[in-house]
Amino acid sequence: MTGRAISRGGSPPGRTSNGRRASDFRELGLTDAEYELIIMLLGRHPNEVELAMFSLMWSEHCSYKHSKRLLRRLPTEGPHVLFGPGENAGAVDVGDGLAVAFKVESHNHPSAVEPFQGAATGVGGILRDVFAVGARPIAILDSLRFGEPETSEHSRYLLERVVAGVGHYGNSIGVPTVGGEIYFDQAYEHNCLVNAMCLGLVRHDRLIRSAAVGPGNVLVLLGALTGRDGIGGASVLASAEFGEGDADKRPTVQIGDPFTEKKLLECCLELLERDLLASLQDLGAAGLTSASSEMASKGGLGLDLDIARVPLREPDMEPFEVMVSESQERMLCVVTPDLVAEVIAVCDRWEVLCTAIGSVTDNGRLRVLDDGDVLGDLPVAVLVDECPLYDLEPEAPSYELYPPPAAVLRGGEAPDQLLLALLASPNLASRRSVFEQYDCIVGSRTVRRPDEADAAVLALPDGAGLAISIDGNGRRVACDPRAGAAEAVYECSANLACVGAEPLGLTNCLNFGNPEKPHVAWQLVEAVEGLARACEALGVPVVGGNVSLYNEAPSGPILPTPIVGMVGRLPDVTRAGRTGFANEGDAIALVGPFAPSLNGSELAKLRGVAPAGGLPVMEPGAVRDAHAAVRDAVRSGALSSAHDISEGGLAVALAECCLAGDIGATVKVRIEGGVLELFGEAPGSAFVVSGAEQVVAALGRIIGRVGGRSLVIPGSIDVALSELRAARDGGLLQYASSPVWSE
Amino acid sequence: MKFGVVRFPGSCDDVDALLAAERVGEAVMLWYADRDLQGVDAVIIPGGFSYGDYLRPGAIARFAPVLEAVSEFARDGGLVLGICNGFQVLCEAGLLPGALLPNLSLRFVCRQVWLDVISEYSPFTRSCPLGEPLSIPVKHTTGRYYAPDHGLADTQVLLRYAPGQNPNGSDRDIAGVCNAAGNVFGLMPHPEHAVDPLTGSSDGLAIFESIRAHVADRVVA
Repeated sequence: MTGRAISRGGSPPGRTSNGRRASDFRELGLTDAEYELIIMLLGRHPNEVELAMFSLMWSEHCSYKHSKRLLRRLPTEGPHVLFGPGENAGAVDVGDGLAVAFKVESHNHPSAVEPFQGAATGVGGILRDVFAVGARPIAILDSLRFGEPETSEHSRYLLERVVAGVGHYGNSIGVPTVGGEIYFDQAYEHNCLVNAMCLGLVRHDRLIRSAAVGPGNVLVLLGALTGRDGIGGASVLASAEFGEGDADKRPTVQIGDPFTEKKLLECCLELLERDLLASLQDLGAAGLTSASSEMASKGGLGLDLDIARVPLREPDMEPFEVMVSESQERMLCVVTPDLVAEVIAVCDRWEVLCTAIGSVTDNGRLRVLDDGDVLGDLPVAVLVDECPLYDLEPEAPSYELYPPPAAVLRGGEAPDQLLLALLASPNLASRRSVFEQYDCIVGSRTVRRPDEADAAVLALPDGAGLAISIDGNGRRVACDPRAGAAEAVYECSANLACVGAEPLGLTNCLNFGNPEKPHVAWQLVEAVEGLARACEALGVPVVGGNVSLYNEAPSGPILPTPIVGMVGRLPDVTRAGRTGFANEGDAIALVGPFAPSLNGSELAKLRGVAPAGGLPVMEPGAVRDAHAAVRDAVRSGALSSAHDISEGGLAVALAECCLAGDIGATVKVRIEGGVLELFGEAPGSAFVVSGAEQVVAALGRIIGRVGGRSLVIPGSIDVALSELRAARDGGLLQYASSPVWSE
Repeated sequence: MKFGVVRFPGSCDDVDALLAAERVGEAVMLWYADRDLQGVDAVIIPGGFSYGDYLRPGAIARFAPVLEAVSEFARDGGLVLGICNGFQVLCEAGLLPGALLPNLSLRFVCRQVWLDVISEYSPFTRSCPLGEPLSIPVKHTTGRYYAPDHGLADTQVLLRYAPGQNPNGSDRDIAGVCNAAGNVFGLMPHPEHAVDPLTGSSDGLAIFESIRAHVADRVVA
């Protein structure tokens, strides 16, 4: 493609023809200093199209300018790693020539504005990340945070619509949603969190990278028409705090179409199976701008892109709108010229739109053309690599950041009452009303469904199993960001141990407030340090992830919420562990270092205590050994059940084992421990296991026996299973609002 | 014994159905745009979605070219099994009586349910163990079966949700019905997701084994 001289721009930006001041750099989120830097690097003012591209590529969402330096702290290498951070999704070897690609990503701000479509397109986006590396998506998990459902009608509405949105996309495209987590806290009232994780399966030799290759090759756009949806989503929505008038931002949320994505998915996988693509990249935040510049940057090449060829949904779109549109269900690929006809034939069969929109060049420039006119001409390196990175200025806060929650418990309750209140609390109650809205079985791989085990388990073709867990606890992290973030890693690994799986890698999503504020910067820095140390201690590499900052409203930041998604493998899927007690007379043992603390616990929350006061720091070696011991015992098939002790502490863990297995238990605890031992939390380090006495005695301290129809802890608790179940089943269900029939 | 599984644009449980059918016989995928049924002995219209189902489940798929061939196949007595979305497609196509309405909850529901086999004398249930309920999952938003009394004979009801198990408000707890001739069967539960104890249950295998047994008898006859 040859282009004529730049026809627009070269002068300071002004108003566009439709009167929108789209070119005001401040409104687009760039600082004065950043704009000055752009002028210096280009040797001229950017024109309107170029400025729109800069505003997105230099946004927090695309450039990670406040977190990039920090993220270098995370360990990313390991014996199983095939793709680390930087590709559309990370990938690890799972044996038998197969790899698992996976990633977690946030769609917080869009979901806060339009929960159904925000959540749906969050799922759609993470699915594309996974099939962009050539993997067939086989599982989705979600991690959700909302305000208090009891007092906030808005939070109940968000819960209802987000869950419906996640289900709508996953169910319709035929990828099972196999696990997840939901927590409620007033700190999320104005900033709900919607993180979605996807895993895909791919043969090693079919993994594909996004780097553009081969000057002269053709750039092909696949999938949906490009419309005005999601204009500026990354810069406007994802990189700024919420304030008044957010309803105006609704048009910046994209609309999902899982049917189009299903065809796009099958089409892309067939194109890869036939070896027709040289590189593949999904279009997500910042649309064509981000996809094309990332491909060019990774390949060390240039791209010419003719927007006149981009199929549009609305005919009168401005060039900058075409370049920044976040219309969903689109992919960009590089094809050698001799294979273009074959690519078109495959796309026709799947009824997927397929258009050659440009070519790969060797000049290192991203040129935006309009039927020959050059609308923009930028060095790829400036767009992708030159965004200034900011050092955080962390400072531990000298005051408590989060106000105490409203007390639900008045004090003086007996342990029986405390246990029932905990089981009925929205954070610990049964998730059945949510997970029943998700198809967890399509694909015929699901060996452990939600509620059956601590981690989801999927069967692999060679008889091995894949285990997945997603976890994060903002209240604990608020108490001590370093120790709390480490707990999230331990907790995921513990969940995997309970089904007999060894971790292969993890992905994370760092959900925090405004990093320009010293106390939020401190939370972020400490949490990343905690994650890094825990990953190093367990030998689990971070293969990808996402950062969501500015989750902050005038009332304050969200709880610091690093979400960890971990993937592991178990050699024999038929021996995958279960949560529930199984056999009358089995011995129950407490395994691992058990250092319960009430700070940041669910009991503290119900008592109206703010999340503060520090956490016990676990000795990593002891945690690792406990995980290995439980994992090995589960793999040997000798245990009847395994469950880790997390929210709600030992008493709640025991109740969950009883309810999952529909059988009671009698357990003795040290009386001097009292409430701390019963309800104190120690996520990720201690386990409750059951089985034959000699087996479990070798793992830990025997504390009781399975049997009967009640959970009995002599001297403190004696509650019938039916009563436990009634408390746990009703806790969340009561907040389900009437669904809106709109899909 | 050769099964054909129809694949529409957007089909989701097509591969699951193929894998389940392969446990009892040979199975091939049938492309929605082809009218050639490749000489199969039985056709499965799979579950999931078709064409996104944005209008009404099955409303577009019934116009797919392959449905012309399937209708002809059914008229000639060929066995046609519609699972979930396939059931919806067959009702839309007029091959089965009645219609599927939105669940009373207005929500998608994915749940393992118990089913009572009402008749063991059909080509689709003849291998089901006598008097024993089947544990098979449902997963749908639009699964509330409705048919006017005069449009459906009692003998056409092959499966009902066991007492207390009805997940969607279906009329008379109906989970699966056949046509008057008995050779076309639709059900909302997913027998293809109940073919292996490892993934939850193997009770659904009896449906596929019934079809095989019926086809084998017919060949002998």
